[in-house]
Amino acid sequence: MTDEVNSGRRRLLTTVTTGVGLAGAVALAVPLVASMKPSARARAAGAPVEVEIDDLAPGQMKVVEWRGKPVWILRRTEEMLQEMESNIGQLSDPDSEVAEQQPAYAQNEHRSIRPDVLVVLGVCTHLGCAPSKAFDKGRASGLGEDWVGGFFCPCHGSTFDFSGRVYKNVPAPTNLVVPPHSYISENRIVIGVDETEATA
Amino acid sequence: MKSMMTRLLAVLCLLWAPAGLAAGGGNERLDSAYIDLANKRSLRRGAHTFVNYCLSCHEASFMRYERMAEDLGIDSETLKQNMMFATDKPGELMTVNMSDQDAKTWFGVVPPDLSLTARSRGPDWIYTYLRGFYRDESTTTGWNNTLYSNVAMPHVLYEWQGERKANYEMSADGAKVLASFEQLSPGTMSTKQYDSAIRDLTNFMVYLAEPAKLVRYRIGFWVMGFMLVFAALSYALKKEYWRDIH
Amino acid sequence: MSLLNWIDDRFPLTKVWNEHMAQYYAPKNFNVWYFFGALSLVVLVLQIVTGIILTMHYKPDVDLAFASVEYIMRDVPAGWFVRYLHGVGASMFFLVVYLHMFRAMLYGSHRKPRELIWLLGMVIYVALMAEAFFGYLLPWGNMSYWGAQVIISLFGAIPVIGEPLAEWIRGDFVVSDATLTRFFAFHVILLPLLLALLVYLHIVALHKVGSNNPDGVEIKKNKDKDGNPVDGIPFHPYYTVKDTFGVAVFMTIFLGIVFFVPELGGWFLEKDNFAPADILQTPPDIVPLWYLTPYYSILRAVTFEWLPGGAKLWGVIAMGAAIVMFFFLPWLDRAKVRSIRYRGWMYKTALTLFAVTFVMLGYLGTKNPGHVDLFLFKNVVWAQIGLVVYFAFFLLMPIYTRFDPTKPEPDRVG
Repeated sequence: MTDEVNSGRRRLLTTVTTGVGLAGAVALAVPLVASMKPSARARAAGAPVEVEIDDLAPGQMKVVEWRGKPVWILRRTEEMLQEMESNIGQLSDPDSEVAEQQPAYAQNEHRSIRPDVLVVLGVCTHLGCAPSKAFDKGRASGLGEDWVGGFFCPCHGSTFDFSGRVYKNVPAPTNLVVPPHSYISENRIVIGVDETEATA
Repeated sequence: MKSMMTRLLAVLCLLWAPAGLAAGGGNERLDSAYIDLANKRSLRRGAHTFVNYCLSCHEASFMRYERMAEDLGIDSETLKQNMMFATDKPGELMTVNMSDQDAKTWFGVVPPDLSLTARSRGPDWIYTYLRGFYRDESTTTGWNNTLYSNVAMPHVLYEWQGERKANYEMSADGAKVLASFEQLSPGTMSTKQYDSAIRDLTNFMVYLAEPAKLVRYRIGFWVMGFMLVFAALSYALKKEYWRDIH
Repeated sequence: MSLLNWIDDRFPLTKVWNEHMAQYYAPKNFNVWYFFGALSLVVLVLQIVTGIILTMHYKPDVDLAFASVEYIMRDVPAGWFVRYLHGVGASMFFLVVYLHMFRAMLYGSHRKPRELIWLLGMVIYVALMAEAFFGYLLPWGNMSYWGAQVIISLFGAIPVIGEPLAEWIRGDFVVSDATLTRFFAFHVILLPLLLALLVYLHIVALHKVGSNNPDGVEIKKNKDKDGNPVDGIPFHPYYTVKDTFGVAVFMTIFLGIVFFVPELGGWFLEKDNFAPADILQTPPDIVPLWYLTPYYSILRAVTFEWLPGGAKLWGVIAMGAAIVMFFFLPWLDRAKVRSIRYRGWMYKTALTLFAVTFVMLGYLGTKNPGHVDLFLFKNVVWAQIGLVVYFAFFLLMPIYTRFDPTKPEPDRVG
């Protein structure tokens, strides 16, 4: 009356059914887990920001917001660029060797696409405070005789030069971050879009 | 045992027969809008009408320009040049710059958000409504609507449909019934063309109310296929183990 | 020392597995009616998982709630899928629970020694209705708002304490932001915790006594030399494998609805709720979702103003009594046999009438009382007839179950 238990068939069926069942469970889980990814609202809020710079005079700085962070756009004067060179010995990473801090096209001594325009995140690489402008030179800046100009973070005293490069012996470990950006025209920068993407 | 209860059940269920014959609720006669979300060209035409005529007063505040363009196959240049009047960021929601306060002052009522109208009122309602406007000197706007009496909205698309008069007559049980429309002056479209344009707009609004509708049938088909396979397998597994039981 | 041994030395894992799965003996004659308990558990888990995801994106604030639901439907990746699973899941939960309860009434699973399982189940049922009621306000649609307004005002009908009670429930003089946020707390934390606890207790009580079966025979009365019931089989693997098939069929139907007809023509997602709550615009027909409509029908059936206290008060009492009746079932049932298979024509007629009446009341609860949607009489009249049949089923049960000509119950499973 009773068939012999065909354990081979039983094992096969169990394995196949379990396998298919697990595949189904994973297929169900995928959208549920994906729902935690950034939504269209988050992506829209983090969308690229376009900035006009024709009204930016040499020595002036603009601040815009991108992905909830301040972005500094500074039109450097010839003087600023030249004096930057004299200080290279005091910098931690003068050649921007830490790759994460800037895109490839900003891995140069002015850390930007155009030598006169700096685009950098105004977020101190120590603990995230917003550094202040310290454009005055010498004693007037309060940072000593030798200060040639740059940025000073009031939280713990980190200093950066006009390319956002960090000085030695300060709490901040790395240069200020240069965000992906590109020029859509002579005086229009889009922050959040790499040069390669823009031209693609 | 079972047959007695089944017989009793069958008799009692005869009570339900009239319920099946009775018509559903709603005392308005609605024309059928033929909705076809697979027709992307129809959806694009509807989108253009919506953006050019509706979006000035009504919001579609749950839809993003970018999403609409992606789903409907509108390229980003066309989107930016022809369809975005209130913002330059395609990721933004389709809102309107009129405040509720101003809207109330100018129209007497805030024009409702249209994102979900196709789900709350239904496509047939929208299709009938937009084709039901007629001239009426007694109202503030000079227009009235066969579906929505004394509506605060004027006939925005009158250039297309032209101006019409509605002839009402009294029916047998004393109700005012629409007898016919009379064309007072022609529009730029024939009746057929206008109906087609409204059908495109309604089609778009059905998409607007539920963008997921474009994908869920397709995914559902595959899911059903998988489930049938899994059900068959699990049945075979059950049968296999239950051979042990007598 | 294997991992399993290490755990077993510190936690009764293998012991629990054996006692409740591999060596838990269940009757071998379970039929299709016996799927619904396991399916209820599956739906509970699904509702909790989808509920958690929804809570990540939903905003319990009158100005943000409605928009946050549309945000989930459009902007959140696969958000529409999660929302439909949860909404369809709510209706499926009640479908499955009603069928589960009906199984009990068919086979006498409410009778001694299983009265406590039945009582715990009834508390779960009431908690589930509360969970659904609180959850429905959250989308802040027009039906959400007005439905809540109507049901809470019913509490206001209670004499003396009514108004202060309604105010205390609302946290305000009308349904408002205060109501929304507390209903959110109840729906997301209070009732899910309570439900989880109650389901656990329900299963513990079940496993103490052992399952009933379609023949109503106590399988523990006939044990083999190993002490196992001769008519029983170990739950694992036989019922784990059978329930897997049951889940497969159920999920096919469930997912079919989710992908193709999630609104189910307005039965699962009401049209009126696609418009935001408007305190100036009452929907023409305020009705709860289908699973609460039988009681709504009973509420509206009491139209006799001459009753002391008024029709509204007695409607509320009737509605409450209708739910309470279920709690007394184990003691109202005086039959000599357990399962319907051996009962006489009296109980069979009564149960059939009750089931049809319950469905009829449910249908009428979605319609306008003044219309004629069935046959000849106005809906309210049919609802009144239904009310009488409903209460008669319970109140006359001690009599008709005692005199019912039953057949002798067998000793062994069929």
